[in-house]
Amino acid sequence: MTTKERKRSGAADFFGSLLRKQIFIPIAALLLLAIFNLIADPSFYKITLGYNSAGDPVLSGYLMTILDYGSELAILAIGMTLVTAASGGQDISVGATIAISGSVILRVLCGTNSRPDTLQAPIIVAFLVACVAAMLCGAFNGILVAYFKIQPMVATLILFTAGRSIAAWINNNELPIISDPTFSYFGGFIPGIPIPTPFFIAAACVAVIMLVMKFTNLGLYTQAVGINENSSRLNGLNPAFIKFLTFVILGVCVAVAGLIKVSRLSSINYSVIAKDIEMDAILAVALGGNSLSGGKFNMTASILGAYVIQFLTTTLYKFNVQSDALSAYKAVVVIVLVVLSTPVVRDWFTATFKKIKAGAGRKEAA
Amino acid sequence: MIRRIIWKSEIRGEQTVKDNAVLEVKNIHKSFPGVRALQGVDFTLREGEIHALMGENGAGKSTLIKVLTGVYTKDEGEIFIKGKEKAVSIHSPQEAQKLGISTVYQEITLCPNLSVAENMYIGRESSALTNWKKMNADADKILKNLDIPAKATQQLASCSIAVQQMVAIARAVDMNCKVLILDEPTSSLDEQEVEKLFGLMRDLKSRGVGIVFVTHFLDQVYEVCDRITVLRDGKLVGEYEIKDLPRVQLVSKMLGKELDDLSDIKGESKVEASDDSVPVLEARGLYSNAGIKPFDFYIKKGEVNGFTGLLGSGRSECVRAIFGADKVLGGTVKKNGKEVKITSPLTAMKNGIAYLPEDRKRDGIVGDLSVKENIILAAQVLRGFFKPFSRAEKEKFAEEYIKLLDIKTASPETPIKSLSGGNQQKVILARWLLTHPEYLILDEPTRGIDVGTKVDIQKLVLKLAGEGMSVTFISSETDEMLRTCSRLIVMRDRKVVGELSGEDLTQNKIMSTIAGGEK
Repeated sequence: MTTKERKRSGAADFFGSLLRKQIFIPIAALLLLAIFNLIADPSFYKITLGYNSAGDPVLSGYLMTILDYGSELAILAIGMTLVTAASGGQDISVGATIAISGSVILRVLCGTNSRPDTLQAPIIVAFLVACVAAMLCGAFNGILVAYFKIQPMVATLILFTAGRSIAAWINNNELPIISDPTFSYFGGFIPGIPIPTPFFIAAACVAVIMLVMKFTNLGLYTQAVGINENSSRLNGLNPAFIKFLTFVILGVCVAVAGLIKVSRLSSINYSVIAKDIEMDAILAVALGGNSLSGGKFNMTASILGAYVIQFLTTTLYKFNVQSDALSAYKAVVVIVLVVLSTPVVRDWFTATFKKIKAGAGRKEAA
Repeated sequence: MIRRIIWKSEIRGEQTVKDNAVLEVKNIHKSFPGVRALQGVDFTLREGEIHALMGENGAGKSTLIKVLTGVYTKDEGEIFIKGKEKAVSIHSPQEAQKLGISTVYQEITLCPNLSVAENMYIGRESSALTNWKKMNADADKILKNLDIPAKATQQLASCSIAVQQMVAIARAVDMNCKVLILDEPTSSLDEQEVEKLFGLMRDLKSRGVGIVFVTHFLDQVYEVCDRITVLRDGKLVGEYEIKDLPRVQLVSKMLGKELDDLSDIKGESKVEASDDSVPVLEARGLYSNAGIKPFDFYIKKGEVNGFTGLLGSGRSECVRAIFGADKVLGGTVKKNGKEVKITSPLTAMKNGIAYLPEDRKRDGIVGDLSVKENIILAAQVLRGFFKPFSRAEKEKFAEEYIKLLDIKTASPETPIKSLSGGNQQKVILARWLLTHPEYLILDEPTRGIDVGTKVDIQKLVLKLAGEGMSVTFISSETDEMLRTCSRLIVMRDRKVVGELSGEDLTQNKIMSTIAGGEK
C-alpha cells in the first residue's frame, strides 16, 4: 500500500467526521465566500481608519460592515434558534416587532414632543420599556403557539401583518428624531473606539446566552421538548411553558436589535425598518446546520451563520446587485442548504465516504 | 353443557360453510423484514353474519385486514369473492371497494368540515357531487333507511362520534358493499352509542352484508357476533361458532395457553409484602379522562404487583392515572398514609413515583439526544431548571448506569435512537432509577426486546423490590407477571374486575378472571 492511499483513507475519515459536525456547514460557507472575494477582488478585505462627522476615529471597510450588521442578525439568531428548537417553527414577526420596540424607545425618549431638544427619559428606561413591549409581543406569539397550538408561522403572521401599523400608532404616525448624540452610540461608534458598537452588544448577548446555557437547563429542556413532546411531559417538563418561554426570550433579542436599529438613524421609518430581517435570522439558523423542524441545536453555529449571511449580503452589495435582487441570490443559498441537509443527501454523503474508505481499505488488504 | 358440544360443532361448522360465503381467504402469507405477520391464514365470511376477528397484539388481525383492503399486497394465498369465478387480487383500497369490500377504521377517516352527504359521495365515480339536490335527497334516503339520526346537509363535525361512525358505514353500504370491515369501531363510543351502532350492524346483517368485527371488548363480541376467528402470532387458531366458545376458552386461545395443561410457574425469589405496614401508595376511586372506571389500588413497601388484562382493557390507563400522565378527574391518592395531589407527571415524580411508559418510541426516548442526556433527563428535571448537573456529574451518572444495567452503546454520547430496542429500554430504566423512586411503574418494559434483556429486567425488578422499592409491573406475557408479581389486579373493559394473590396466582385463574362471566 502506498502512502498516497493511506492519506486518502485518512482524508476520507477526516472529512467524513467533519461533515457530520454541525459547525462545518457555516464554516464551509464562510470559507467559500472568503475565497471567492479574495479571488474576485482582494480590496474587499481593505480596512481603513478614518474619522466620522463627529471627528472620532472609526474603522471602515466591508469587513466592518459585516461585523456591524451581522451583529444585529446574530442577536436575533440567538432567540430564533431557541424558538426553532422548541416549537419546530419560526417566528416571522421579528421585523415587525423590532419596529414596535424601536417605536416604543423613541416614544419614551421623546415624550409628547416628537423633536425634543433633550431626552425626556434616560435611554436605559426607554430600552427597558421596549423590552417589556417586545416580550409582550413574544408572549402573544408564544401563547398562540404553545397553548392554542397554532403553527408558529401562522401565529406570528398576525404580528408580521399588524406590527408596523402598531409601531406607527405608538408615535401617532409621526417621525420622531432624537438629536442627542449619545443615543447614536448604540448603532454607531462610541467616541474613541473605532469598532462598531453593535459588535460589542452582540458579544454581550452571546456571553449572556452562553452563561444561561451553562447555568440553567434551557438547552436540554428546549431540545427535549422539540424532539419528543410526549416524552418530555412524562419526564416532568411542561412543554407548553418552555415553548412560550423561548418566544419571550426572542422578544428580548428583538428589543436589543430594535435599539440598535433606531439608534442608527436616531429615528424610525415604520415600513422599512428591519424589513425582511426575519428571513435572514431564520436563514442564519438554517445555515448553522440546525434543523428548522426543531430539536437539537448548536447556538455557536447559528451565531456564526448570522455573520455568514451578512457576509453574503455584503458581497452581493459589493458586486452591485440591486437590493431588490438580493433575495433571489439568497434563495439560491436556501435551496442548496435545505437540499444538503435533507436525510437523502446526508445518507448519500455517508455512503460515499464509506465506499471511499472501503475502497482504500481493500487496497490496503491487498 | 356448552363445552361438551365444542368439538362436534367445530367439525360441523367446517362443512356447512362454503355455499353462502361472501369472502373466502385461503392460506394467506405476508412477511415484513424480520417478521412473518401472517402464516397460512384461512378466513371465511358468510352472507349475513357478524364475524369477530380476535387476537392479541401482533396476532396478525390488522395485517389480515390490510391485505383484504389492498393496503398491503399478500405474498402468497388466494382471496375469493362471491360472484367472481377466479381468485381476485387486491392492490389498492379503491380496488377493494370496487370488489365490495369496505372498511371503517377506528379513527374516522372522513372530512369533518364537509356535510354528511358530501362525505358519503366524495371520491366516488358518481355524478352525484355535481347535482347537489339529488345528492342530498339520495343521502337522506339512505340515512332514513338505515335509521341514522343525521341530516344530509348537516356538517359532519356537528354529529356525535357514533353518528360519524354510522355515516362512514352508510357510505360503505351505499357502495353496494358485500363485506364490511369494522376495525375497533367502538373504542371511542359510550355504551348507548355502542348500542346504536350494534342496531345498525344487526340491520345490515339482516340485509345480507357480511361484517368483520374487530374489537378487544369481549362483552361486545358475545353480544353481537355469530362467529369468531382467532389468530395468534400470525397463525390461524381456529374458527368457532359463538355459542360453542365460552369466554374462558376464547381468552385461552388468544393467549395461547391451554387451560388444563398449564403448569404453575411461580417465582422463587418473589417478594411478599409485609401485611401490617401502611401502603406506600394508595388510591381510591381514581379515574382519568382516558375512559377508565374509578378503581382502588394500593402498593406496599417492597411489593411487586401488576395489572393484567387483555390489550385495551385499561391496564396502562390505570398507571397513567396514578402518575398523572392523563388528566385525573377524580379520586384520592395517599402517599405513605398522607393525602397528596398528583396533577402532573412532575408532581408524581416529586412524590417519588417513576413511570416507564408503554410506548417507548412515542413516550420514552428523546431520540436525537445522547444516551447520557436521556439518562439524566428525569433526575435533572426533578433537580430544577437552575441547577444543572455539572459535566463531571453527568458523565459519572451515565457511566454508572451504563455499567449497572449493562447498556450496550458505543459511547454515552451516542444518540439513543441508534441503540437497539432493548438497550433503549435499559436507558429509560436507568433514567428512572437515577431519580431514586420509592415506587416504580413499569408498563410493558419487555415488549419488543430480546429474551436476554427480558430476563435481565425481570431480575432487576426483583432485586429492586428486595431493596425496598415498590414496583408495579405490567406485561402482556402472563408468565412474566407470574414470575415477578405477588399480587395481580385483573382488568376487563376498562374496569378492575378482580385481584389475585397467593394460591390464586395461576394462569387458569387469571384467564378465567379476565374472561369473567362463565367460569
